[in-house]
Amino acid sequence: MPSVHTSSTPPREFLVEVKRQDAPGRPSYWERFRVPYESDMNVISVLQKIAELGVNADGKRVPPVAWECNCLEEVCGACTMVINGRVRQACTALVDKLLADRPAGIRLEPMTKFPVIRDLVVDRTRIFATLKKIKAWIPVDSYLDLGPPLRQSQEMQEIAYVLSKCMSCGCCMEACPQYLKIEVKRLPGESEDDYRRREAEITNRHFMGAAAIAQIDLFNSHPVGKMNSRDRLDALIAEGGIQVCGNAQNCVKVCPKEIPLTTSIARMGRAATIHMFRNWFER
Amino acid sequence: MHVVVVGGGLAGLSATMKLAELGVHVDLVSLTPVKRSHSVCAQGGINSVNHLTRQLGDSEWKHFDDTVYGGDFLQHQPPVKEMTEWAPRIIDLMDRLGVTFNRTPEGFRDQRRFGGTLYPRTAFAGATTGQQLLYALDEQVRRWEVAGKVRKYEFWDYLGPILDENGICRGCVVQDLVSMEIRALPADAVVIASGGCGVIFGRSTMSMACNGSAASRTYQAGAKYGNPEFIQVHPTAIPGADKLRLMSESARGEGGRIWVPRRPQDPRPPQEIPEHERYYFLEERYPKYGNLVPRDIATREIFKVCTEEGLSVEKDRLCVYLDLTHLPREVLDRKLGGILEIYQKFQGVDPRVVPMKIFPAVHYSMGGLWVDYERTESGGLRIGSPRNHHTSLQGVFAVGECDYQYHGANRLGANSLLSCIFSGLIVAPSIVSYIEILHQNGQRKVPSRLLEQAEREHRRRFESLLARPADGDNPYKIHQELGKVMTKAATVVRHNDELDRAYAQVCELQERAARCGIADRGLWTNQNIVFVRALMDMFPLAKAILKGARLRDECRGAHFKPEFQLPSITATDPAERRRQAEEWCDRFEENNRRWLKSTIAVCGPNGDPEISYEEVDTSLIPPRPRLYGVVGGEVIEEVWKERTRAKQQAIRV
Repeated sequence: MPSVHTSSTPPREFLVEVKRQDAPGRPSYWERFRVPYESDMNVISVLQKIAELGVNADGKRVPPVAWECNCLEEVCGACTMVINGRVRQACTALVDKLLADRPAGIRLEPMTKFPVIRDLVVDRTRIFATLKKIKAWIPVDSYLDLGPPLRQSQEMQEIAYVLSKCMSCGCCMEACPQYLKIEVKRLPGESEDDYRRREAEITNRHFMGAAAIAQIDLFNSHPVGKMNSRDRLDALIAEGGIQVCGNAQNCVKVCPKEIPLTTSIARMGRAATIHMFRNWFER
Repeated sequence: MHVVVVGGGLAGLSATMKLAELGVHVDLVSLTPVKRSHSVCAQGGINSVNHLTRQLGDSEWKHFDDTVYGGDFLQHQPPVKEMTEWAPRIIDLMDRLGVTFNRTPEGFRDQRRFGGTLYPRTAFAGATTGQQLLYALDEQVRRWEVAGKVRKYEFWDYLGPILDENGICRGCVVQDLVSMEIRALPADAVVIASGGCGVIFGRSTMSMACNGSAASRTYQAGAKYGNPEFIQVHPTAIPGADKLRLMSESARGEGGRIWVPRRPQDPRPPQEIPEHERYYFLEERYPKYGNLVPRDIATREIFKVCTEEGLSVEKDRLCVYLDLTHLPREVLDRKLGGILEIYQKFQGVDPRVVPMKIFPAVHYSMGGLWVDYERTESGGLRIGSPRNHHTSLQGVFAVGECDYQYHGANRLGANSLLSCIFSGLIVAPSIVSYIEILHQNGQRKVPSRLLEQAEREHRRRFESLLARPADGDNPYKIHQELGKVMTKAATVVRHNDELDRAYAQVCELQERAARCGIADRGLWTNQNIVFVRALMDMFPLAKAILKGARLRDECRGAHFKPEFQLPSITATDPAERRRQAEEWCDRFEENNRRWLKSTIAVCGPNGDPEISYEEVDTSLIPPRPRLYGVVGGEVIEEVWKERTRAKQQAIRV
C-alpha cells in the first residue's frame, strides 16, 4: 500500500508507476518504484532518485528509466511527458502537488503522439521538420554589419515576444485531437539521410500543429520576415495545414508558456483565406 | 572545407552559421537538440555601448575597462578590446535576426543596468534573453540545414579528437545516443563549443548537459586548459532539490534590493518588518554600486552575512531576501516576467508580493580550454588569423564558455552572451584561413586508416565499459559525493587545508568511479553508460580546479582565500593611514608580480594536472587595485594614482 499523503504528515515514501518500453516496436509495460519522500521534489528529482536506487518496487535490479531533460527550469522544452494523465514538463511537476491531487502515487508515461524511442524518450524530429517546412526564420542578406534594424513599437514587441517563447516542447501537439502519431520505419539499406528526408515528406503531409501556426504568425508579422510571408502562407494552406485544425482549443490550455495559440490560429485562419483568394485571382 | 562543431549553444550556433555563410560544410554535434541548449537559461541580457550610454559618457573603451577591471585583470586584453568594439554591431545583427528585444515607447531597444558598471548597457528580451538569442541563431542554422550546408547530429556525444601522427586534428569520434553507434567524422577542423562544467559541482545553475565532458576529453587528448580555478558563484539562485535555479542579476538591475532582518531569524513575515529593521547590507557597504557590485563581491557578502554574521533569514537553510515588492507590477511583468514565473512555479510564492529567498550557486566557468589569438599593432585582434581561438591542439578550436579567453577572474553580468556570439562569429574566418594553409600543405583527404583506427579505439573503450558488472558502486551516488566535495572546498571561500583534503577525496572517488557498476548493458539509448563515461571525465577537470585553487595563494576575482587577503586600512590618523595605504600598494604590486598570470593545466597520468603559469597581456590598461568597497579605498586610490603619475613621468623623462 502506498502511503497516503496529507499536508500535515509527509509520507515516508510514495509510489511511482512508469510506462516503459525497451525500444521501438517492443511492447510497453508498467513498472512500479517506491521512492523515499524528500521535501521540494519534482518529477526530475524522482527520476534521478529512481536511477540512484537501481531497483523497482519488488526489489529487482532494473536499468534506470530513460528520459530527456536539460535546463530543469522550463525553458528548454526537453522534459515533456504525460504525468498523471496530463502532458506537461517534468521539471515543474512538483511532487507535493501531484500527491495532494492523487495520493495513490505518480504515473509517468511517454507522449503518445510521437514514436517512443525508449521509456519516456520520444522522437520529436517531426516538430523541427515542420519548422523547416514553414521557413521559420528571418531571411537576412548576410551576417555582415548592415547597420541598425528598423524600429519596433512596444506593442509589436510584446506580441512577438510571447510567440517567440515557444520551446518546441510538443505539449500542444499531444493535446490536439487532429495531431496524429506518424511512425515511419526505416527501410532496409536506407541511409540515415534518405530516411529522415522521406520521414519529413510523410509527416509534413499531416497536421503541422498549433505551435507551427503560431510561428508563421510570428514571422509573418516581423517587418523583414513579412517579405517572404507568401512562402509561409503556402505552407499554411498546403496539405497538413491550418484547415486540419478542428478548433478543439486544447492546445492553448496545455501550453506551458501560455502562448495565445488560438488567437494565432484565428489570425492565421483569416490570413489563409485572404491568401487563397489572392492565389485564385492571380492565377 | 569541412568542419565539425561540438555544441549547439550561442557559440556553437553562431560559429556554424558564419562558417556556412563562408561556404564551409558543418557537421553540428550536440547532446540535445540544439534548440534545447543551456544558453536558453541566460536571463538578463547582453552588453554593449549604445547611443544612450554614449551620451552619458560611455564608450567601447569603458566597456573594455569595466570588463578587465571586473575580471581583476586576469584576461588578455586584446581579445576583450575587440569584443567590446564589436558589441554594438553584434546586437544590431541579433536584432536583424528577429530577436524580440524590449522596446522603449519610441521604438528603440530598451537597456538596463547590470553589475560592475555605472551605465545601462544591457539590451534584453524580457528575462529570457538567452532563449531569444539562441532561437534566432537556431533558426538561421535551420535555414542552412535546409540549404544543405549543415548536417546536425543531435543526441550524439563527442568522444574525442582524431589526431594524426603529427598531432594534427583530422576530425573527431562521436556516438549516437539512440543507437549507440560509434562513428568517426573526418574534418579539416573541430570547434569545441560545449559550454561550462557546472555539473561537476553537483547542483548548480547549469543544465544537465553542462558536464564538461567535451572540454575534458579535449584536455585529456593534450589541449591546455586555462584558469580552471576560476568558477563564478552567482549571488542569487533559488535553492532546489535537483537544481539551483538562477534568479537573474536583472532583478537587481531593475531595482531589486537585497536585505536581511537586523534581528537574526526575525520570525515576522518580511512585509511586516519595518524599513529601519532591515539591513540592506550591499547598499550600506558599497554606496557607489549598491546592489550591483560585481558578482564575486555580492556572493561573498551574502555568504558572509549568512555564515559569519549569523543573519540568514532562516536558521536551517541559508538565504537572504531579494526584494522586488516596491516596484510596479506592470514593470515587473514586462521586464522580468520570465524569471518571476520560475520563482512562482517552483516556490509557490508570488515574488511581486513577497520578497524572494535566494542564496549563491555555482554558475559559470571563467576558465576553460586555452586558446590563442593574434594581436594587431593597436591592441585589437587580427580578424581571420588562424591563431584566433585555436587551442594548443592543431586543428582544434574552442569558443564560448568552454574557452578561457574573455572573463579573467570574474565575469560581469550580461557579458557571457556577448563573448559566446562574438567568439563564434570570429572563429569562422580564422578556421577558413587555417584550412587554406592545411590544404596548401597537401593535407586534404583524411586517411581512412586514421578514421578506422580511431573508431576501433573508442569502440574498445565502450565495450570495456559494457563489460563491467552491474553490482558495483552506484555512479549517481559518486556524482553526488563529488558535487558535495567540490562545492564545499572550491566555491565561495577557499582554504588550503580543505583543498588538500578535497583533492584526496576526489582521487578516491575517481578510483571508485573507475570500478562503478553499469546497471544497463543494453545497446539502445543507454543513458546509464553515457552518464558513467561523463562522470569519469569530470575528474580530470575537478582535479585541475582544485589544484589551480590550491596553488594560487592570493585573492583574485572569484578566487578568494581569506588567509591571503590584503589588510584593510584601519588607522584613523592621516599619516598612519597614508603609511598603511603605501604598504597596501606595495603588497598589491608584489602580489601582481607573483600572481597576475594565467594558470595553465596540462593533463598528466590519472588525470592529475601539471600546472604552469603564463604572462597576461595587460599592455592596454595597466592593472590597478579593485576597490569596489574596500575599507579605506579612497586613500589607497590616492596613493595609487600618485604612483601611476610618477611612473608615467618617469617614462616621459
